[in-house]
Amino acid sequence: MADRGSVILKVDDVSVRFGGVKALSNVSFDVRKGELFSLIGPNGAGKTSMLNCISGRYRPTSGNIAWQGDDLLKHSINDRASLGIGRTFQNLALFGHMSVLDNILVGRHHRMKNNFVTGMFYWVGGARREELKERRFVETIIDFLEIQHVRNEPAGILSYGLRKRVELARAIAIEPELILLDEPMAGMNLEEKEDMARFIIALREEFDMTIMMIEHDMGVVMDLSDRVAVLDFGRVIAAGSPEEVLADEHVKKAYLGEDDEMLDALAAEEAEAVA
Amino acid sequence: MAHVPNPRPTGDFRATYAADRTLFRTRNETMAVLAGVVLVALCPLVFGGYVLSQLIMIGIYGIAALGLNVLTGMTGQISLGHGAFFGFGAFASAWISGNGIPVLIAIPLAGLMTMAVGMIFGIPAARLKGLYLAIATLASQYILQDFFARADWFTGGTYGSLAETASFFGFQLNSDARYLYLVLFWVVVAFVAVANLARTRDGRALVAVRDHYLSAEIMGINLTRYRILSFGISSFFAGIGGALYGHYLGFVSAEGFTIILSIEFLAMIIIGGLGSVSGSLLGAAFILLLPQAMEVFANGVATVVPAIAQGTAYIKQMSVGAAIILFLVLEPEGLVHRWRMTRASWKLFPFSH
Repeated sequence: MADRGSVILKVDDVSVRFGGVKALSNVSFDVRKGELFSLIGPNGAGKTSMLNCISGRYRPTSGNIAWQGDDLLKHSINDRASLGIGRTFQNLALFGHMSVLDNILVGRHHRMKNNFVTGMFYWVGGARREELKERRFVETIIDFLEIQHVRNEPAGILSYGLRKRVELARAIAIEPELILLDEPMAGMNLEEKEDMARFIIALREEFDMTIMMIEHDMGVVMDLSDRVAVLDFGRVIAAGSPEEVLADEHVKKAYLGEDDEMLDALAAEEAEAVA
Repeated sequence: MAHVPNPRPTGDFRATYAADRTLFRTRNETMAVLAGVVLVALCPLVFGGYVLSQLIMIGIYGIAALGLNVLTGMTGQISLGHGAFFGFGAFASAWISGNGIPVLIAIPLAGLMTMAVGMIFGIPAARLKGLYLAIATLASQYILQDFFARADWFTGGTYGSLAETASFFGFQLNSDARYLYLVLFWVVVAFVAVANLARTRDGRALVAVRDHYLSAEIMGINLTRYRILSFGISSFFAGIGGALYGHYLGFVSAEGFTIILSIEFLAMIIIGGLGSVSGSLLGAAFILLLPQAMEVFANGVATVVPAIAQGTAYIKQMSVGAAIILFLVLEPEGLVHRWRMTRASWKLFPFSH
């Protein structure tokens, strides 16, 4: 177990190319134990590509990713859970026909031992004991995320906000050291966003997880994050504390465009509208 | 996906996690299933050969359909070769028991042999999905059929092979009434096993692979392993079903295990309910009994309209086809769904929600 503040994930000079398209060019950053690290940037900047490299979906064309000093890229995708990396998806990726309870239990897969033989014999061979033990743990997550009322519903029929929450629950069930959240607040209303922000803050305290988050809502990112990296066209254009990043000239350009006169005109229009 | 309400009866509370993960949802459901098993066990006292043979065939096909339901319903992998695995089980059990091993032991051994064969033919599933996998399994159907016709030492080739009569410590299971108990035993074992599988780790993993394989992989599920395992479990039950079939008829020949049988198994699980354990048995009963019901229907029509008496065979075939089409249009989610809807309306009557 790494100490708080030490580097657990080190992304070093990672590039990803799809044919002629450069999704990521020479991206480097690191994530430290216990922090909330946010990756932001305009649409198409390569944020999700970066997350996919860490979770194993994409293989970097060049560069390295080190996880607690170990080469992460030599591990297969399904090793990520036992290595201690969990994630949620930008476009919901729940198991639609399973109940919420079973969805979250799938997150416990890598920590469970019963297999299809002991599972079929359920009462003998310990499957029952293990299932009930994991159920108890899953219930603490359900309590934590306040989804008790839907625990037996099929995940596919839930509202968008609730499904996002169930996805978070499933990722927590992995008990990862690092949890990757891909736009946890996208498409939510204010109340749902506030709930989600509350859960993310509590995640670090109650479950002692390091969080890496992609999010478009600047208010949320700046309020919650310890450190922020900004991607634009596949490059890191700024990194540091939220204040430093906000003050950065490159970031302003990436988000607001380069034409100062147009900016001034926009500001004037806004002032008029307020008046 | 339709959501069917299923409120619990008054007074039937679950106060522990164990009570919330029982095999059947309510006490009444448990009692109903037990009563069903006892009723079938009592059938030989009341009914003659015809009813018993139908029950035996429903059981045998139900076990095999259950296997296909693990593969297609739970894991979402379509197979057009299930009939051949069923046949392999029949030949394997005949061969094993022909080598001096008691039939009752040969049946599970044949299941394991079929499981191994199924996992070998399931290897393409690691790479192929959907229609491509369907074609790959079609290949396994033809390879096995060719094997049945050529492997004289194993299947007796074109002549077929004799399957010995099952006996239990010298007690010959040589009548329908006696054989029914053997089939009933395996039906109970198979259905309880798969119902248990569905509520434990590997069963969830199979469904996760079906519903969203990308996120299943992130959860630590090895896709290749579970896709092939699913073929293994499915073939195991196909093999058990086939073995029971072989020893019931006493004679196994390759003609019965064609693509038609594979498609019938698919029809059983689609009509019964994809991914539903009890649906497999309902679907098997439906597919087996429908042609007979339609024959009665066609003969009935012929007595009213004598002009068509020559064509009852065609009318029967057409009515079977029409019934299946109507069924799929009106109840695409299967017999099990229809049953759940009926149950919900009983419970909620006179309110609709």
